Amino acid sequence: MAMSWNSRRVIGAVKRVTPQWKSIVARKQGDLLPTLRLFPFPFIGDGSDGVFPRRFQSTEAEKMLELSADRSLEFPGGKVTFVSSMNFLAEASAERVHCYRTLDESGQPLMSSKFLEVSEEVAVRMYTAMVTLSQMDSIFYEAQRQGRISFYVTSIGEEAINIASAAALTDDDLIVPQYREPGVLLWRGFSLQEFANQCFSNKADYGKGRQMPVHYGSNKLNYFTVASTIASQLPHAVGAAYSLKMDKRDACVVTYFGDGGSSEGDFHAALNFAAVMDAPVIFICRNNGWAISTPTSDQFRSDGVVVRGQAYGVRSIRVDGNDALAVYSAVQSAREMAISEQRPILIEALTYRAGHHTTSDDSTKYRPADEIQLWRTSGDPVTRFRKWIECNGWWNNAAENELRSNTRQQILNAIQVAEKVEKPPVADLFTDVYDVPPPNLQEQERLLRETILRHPADYPENVPF
Amino acid sequence: MLGIVRRKVCAKGLPVTVPGETLRFFRPVVHALRNYSSAAKELTVREALNSALDEEMSADPKVFLMGEEVGEYQGAYKISKGLLDKYGPDRVLDTPITEAGFTGIGVGAAYYGLKPVVEFMTFNFSMQAIDHIINSAAKSNYMSAGQINVPIVFRGPNGAAAGVGAQHSQCYAAWYASCPGLKVLSPYSSEDARGLLKAAIRDPDPVVFLENELLYGESFPVSAEALDSSFCLPIGKAKIEREGKDVTITAFSKMVGHALKAADILAKDGISAEVINLRSIRPLDRATINASVRKTNRLVTVEEGFPQHGVGAEICTSVVEESFGYLDAPVERIAGADVPMPYAANLERMAVPQVEDIVRAAKRACYRSVPLAAAA
Repeated sequence: MAMSWNSRRVIGAVKRVTPQWKSIVARKQGDLLPTLRLFPFPFIGDGSDGVFPRRFQSTEAEKMLELSADRSLEFPGGKVTFVSSMNFLAEASAERVHCYRTLDESGQPLMSSKFLEVSEEVAVRMYTAMVTLSQMDSIFYEAQRQGRISFYVTSIGEEAINIASAAALTDDDLIVPQYREPGVLLWRGFSLQEFANQCFSNKADYGKGRQMPVHYGSNKLNYFTVASTIASQLPHAVGAAYSLKMDKRDACVVTYFGDGGSSEGDFHAALNFAAVMDAPVIFICRNNGWAISTPTSDQFRSDGVVVRGQAYGVRSIRVDGNDALAVYSAVQSAREMAISEQRPILIEALTYRAGHHTTSDDSTKYRPADEIQLWRTSGDPVTRFRKWIECNGWWNNAAENELRSNTRQQILNAIQVAEKVEKPPVADLFTDVYDVPPPNLQEQERLLRETILRHPADYPENVPF
Repeated sequence: MLGIVRRKVCAKGLPVTVPGETLRFFRPVVHALRNYSSAAKELTVREALNSALDEEMSADPKVFLMGEEVGEYQGAYKISKGLLDKYGPDRVLDTPITEAGFTGIGVGAAYYGLKPVVEFMTFNFSMQAIDHIINSAAKSNYMSAGQINVPIVFRGPNGAAAGVGAQHSQCYAAWYASCPGLKVLSPYSSEDARGLLKAAIRDPDPVVFLENELLYGESFPVSAEALDSSFCLPIGKAKIEREGKDVTITAFSKMVGHALKAADILAKDGISAEVINLRSIRPLDRATINASVRKTNRLVTVEEGFPQHGVGAEICTSVVEESFGYLDAPVERIAGADVPMPYAANLERMAVPQVEDIVRAAKRACYRSVPLAAAA
């Protein structure tokens, strides 16, 4: 192994050795030499470069025999086996983590696919919900474009994640969403009218008109109110899971977030804590490739989000997020593990954000329009699932047409009704800040009412007194 | 016996005027209690907080404590001493070092029905968790229209300690008190500490509880009912620590001690100062402050934190709005220096209000013939 080694005077060498830094994966004994090259040992040997490395090797072999009986060290955290060759773990494994899927692109079950059985009733219900969600998104999006609502967030392309994950859970499981999971609420029974009321922030909105559209919430359906802050829901989910754990309920917490949200500090703290606290929580990452305009290649350098699970001691799986059956199976298994073993689970569902980030975004500005088009057509999870249920004889064209026209009518109706309902009353401006309205707010309300009475022309007419 | 009590009380440096023999004859009631009546027992603030936590955890199984070093280490300042042994690791949680993480987790647990008490080693570190305190806790009840309430308490030492430098000495009273949805409390004495912490834990809204590291070791006499496990002080009520008629001095936390000392000094100069211990920064007891100013016609606000947008600024505005006609002098505002806290002892001393600053301010408020520059 004659090399530029000879030109480097190691002994007393002040000059730093700078070898090519390739990822150094396991090397055999004989390769010790290149490893040594990186490490000036100024105090060994006689400066004669050719002889020096081999002498070191021989004494090394002796030491190896002595220590072979005791190859582990005890540090805080437990026993660790030591090695005498310096190996850096590669920044990425040779192969990316495999992705679990059960149906191919045309909805046919793969030859060796293993998945949990889904009855006709559940499958048809899932498909119906997926279509409803997708139509609701298109129509509400249009309503925003027409100026009828101020803002909307679609879940186009992620219908399978929404509905299939919801279908795999029970009503007792607590949902702590980000903002692209209205399908879960839909599955549990939130009506189209209730969705519309929140978007139009009218008097019937459960949120009393306090939040922007799509910030749905329902105590009754065990779905935490959506907050705009990214990834803040992750530690909340762990806290809630801790509470569930102390109650010893047969239920878990399921929380959703995106590829972008996984960069937040809260993600790190939440996974870490969940593992330490043995919290029964399922973290579902909707890796849809985009965080507004930031593609995943700019978001992280790891192999997606699934590899991070192991870093925190969390069992994880990668799943084809556009394959409803795969998502269903994975979430149901995860739920069983989370509850019976009282542990957190991480599921990374790979998908594509086929719509814009929100109505305030035009994604054609940062990604090719034909890419979007491709995912909307051949990559569409709704169509894929439809092919599967049609294959099973559970669905047909007539049913499809009927479903679509009925749902469309219902959605349009809901919007029309919601638009006409009164806005929340003035009193709702001041309630719920605290449990009991404090005197300063009572006084402010009184003053406001007096002012409105005195100067009615200065105030909008549609605010009920 | 009263004479002995009075001597004991004064020996600790608390210039409390014990109102005569009447104390011996009636059973002091919490709200009517102005002074440390029938004070047989002395309690440090640390013991007061520990006993309050202990009693509330014992009374309600949903209450639990979480924070760094609260368990095995018995608390970074030993406030949670003995609680891990008594209640176990399910209810006294030692957390990893992530304020954002454990605050978020505490809020999530509160969302789902538990009553967490989250400890920050100092409130300086709460800045790492402030998004969860404000956006996830304070605003939740409102944003969810009452569907999600957050019965959580955030507690820990606030303000300057001794020689800990800029990143460990900031006072957060003004920051948190500006946010609707939060309640902000700051105790001074052991009785305050016990009563207010118990009230905070029982309150259904999120409460920020600002303690003071230098007060932890200070002893105060506590009355018998303050030691009772059902004792609770009302949130939003200030306490008149010392009655007076010439000038009102408002303060909270450590500065109450300074204000009381200043009042003693002023008394020798014939100025009778009324010292108000705010106890509650949000909601601020404007009624008590204004009533006092209407009586004395002069006001000095004292706080340790930075002057701009501070608690004193809010009190001044409240008085101007409601009692302007009663003011005989401009409001004087004493606050910490408008610099990050220096470390060197001499510099630190100059950056924090001292008793002499309060005395001079009160005199300025009373005489006004002495130009400000000359009196500085």
